[in-house]
Amino acid sequence: MSWIPAPVSRFFHRTSSPPYFYALADRFIPWLTVIFLVLLGAGLYGGLYLAPTDYQQGDSYRIIYIHVPAAWMSLFIYVLMAVMGGIALIWRMKLAEVMLISSAPIGAGFTFVALVTGSLWGKPMWGTWWVWDARLTSELILLFLYLGVISLYGAIEEKRAAARAVSILALVGVVNIPIIHYSVQWWNTLHQGPTVSKMDKPSIHVSMLVPLLLMAVAFKFYYLIAVLQAAKLELLKRETSSQWVKALLEKQT
Amino acid sequence: MPIVQAFWALIRRDLLLAFRRRAEMANPLFFFVLVVTLFPLAVGAQPNLLRAMAPGVIWVSALLAALLSLDGLFRSDFDDGSLEQMLLSPQPLSILVLGKIIAHWLVTGLPLLLVAPLLAVFLGLPEQAMGTLWLTLILATPLLSLIGAIGVALTVGLRRGGMLLSLLVLPLYVPVLIFASGAVDRAASGLPVDAQLNILLAMLLSALVLVPLPTAAALKMSVN
Repeated sequence: MSWIPAPVSRFFHRTSSPPYFYALADRFIPWLTVIFLVLLGAGLYGGLYLAPTDYQQGDSYRIIYIHVPAAWMSLFIYVLMAVMGGIALIWRMKLAEVMLISSAPIGAGFTFVALVTGSLWGKPMWGTWWVWDARLTSELILLFLYLGVISLYGAIEEKRAAARAVSILALVGVVNIPIIHYSVQWWNTLHQGPTVSKMDKPSIHVSMLVPLLLMAVAFKFYYLIAVLQAAKLELLKRETSSQWVKALLEKQT
Repeated sequence: MPIVQAFWALIRRDLLLAFRRRAEMANPLFFFVLVVTLFPLAVGAQPNLLRAMAPGVIWVSALLAALLSLDGLFRSDFDDGSLEQMLLSPQPLSILVLGKIIAHWLVTGLPLLLVAPLLAVFLGLPEQAMGTLWLTLILATPLLSLIGAIGVALTVGLRRGGMLLSLLVLPLYVPVLIFASGAVDRAASGLPVDAQLNILLAMLLSALVLVPLPTAAALKMSVN
């Protein structure tokens, strides 16, 4: 790996050592929290107060400021988990395993939020809580994929072997992600087509789009905070008997 | 032993083993027939309703039958230690795994082809859809064995992997189910089905190439 500059590779090597990562996460979390709160405040203010009422859907469209970022996150985290899985399998990096398994419950949570908010929005708009449409169903399948990852990890005693199994599963399951993403184009069903990611010109007004993007970034920061906290806990659990954990405990008591 | 010879030897061994336990071999088939017969009892025996539901009913039942038979794919080899021997053998594990999957399909997937038309007649599936039903079964039941093999390989080391297996494998079966039952459904109403069949074929070919790799990796992890 000589083509990677030395400082960069040193950074990665150091970050992947558990005690260093633990300290780094501790240092970053307050800053991330501040950024998250600012973005969340701005996004919610813009979305719920400044943005105009939709001419067709009235005020109930505003749920997209939660629903759409959560749905994006649900896909994003799964892809991220697959990447972590690849890293964990190829380079046997402990930290990638920890990040992978810490991401799973968060991703499942976002998927659940996307499903629930979608259902709440569907009742006034489509007149039904649930339809078996391609996107809804594939989002539900995504939830099951997350649950499969979580329960497979729970079922295997030896945690390093469990992480390897989960990595394989995450990599295999990632084939479902494009199916979910393109479901709106492939099947012509009830869920509306994409409005934001159309390359040429988003068919959503700027005053609505900006808060949506703010919320999306805020959710990314929320994920970072949550995954760092979860990874810290997972590291402590895995390395109970190691020197740095003992030192940490002594310092705190 | 050259790799091709090892591959055929493994298939022959698995088929022989299955043939010695004929009763077990028939179980997934009976299960398939039973599940299909439960539907008219549960939803009511109106011919129109059954005709509309036939593709879905047959495909869901095939899926469940495949799921039921999956556990046997590596279980007995794992229990008696021959799986470890396969891991230790100089042949690449992914080729051996492919052999085992093919043998599994010949034993559990192929018989479904013989019963499915009979059940389709029971459910009143229109005659023009029969060919498509066969084609989807030929293309997609190997897919079920292939995808399922990953799940089995991941859970074979666990004492109670059965429930977990269905949680892992069924979400991955969903695309197969959608395209296969969709094709039969379209054929029943006289529409062209080339797109669905092509997608199934593409999925089958890519699974044939890709699936043995994660399965072999998962087996190595499980046996460890």
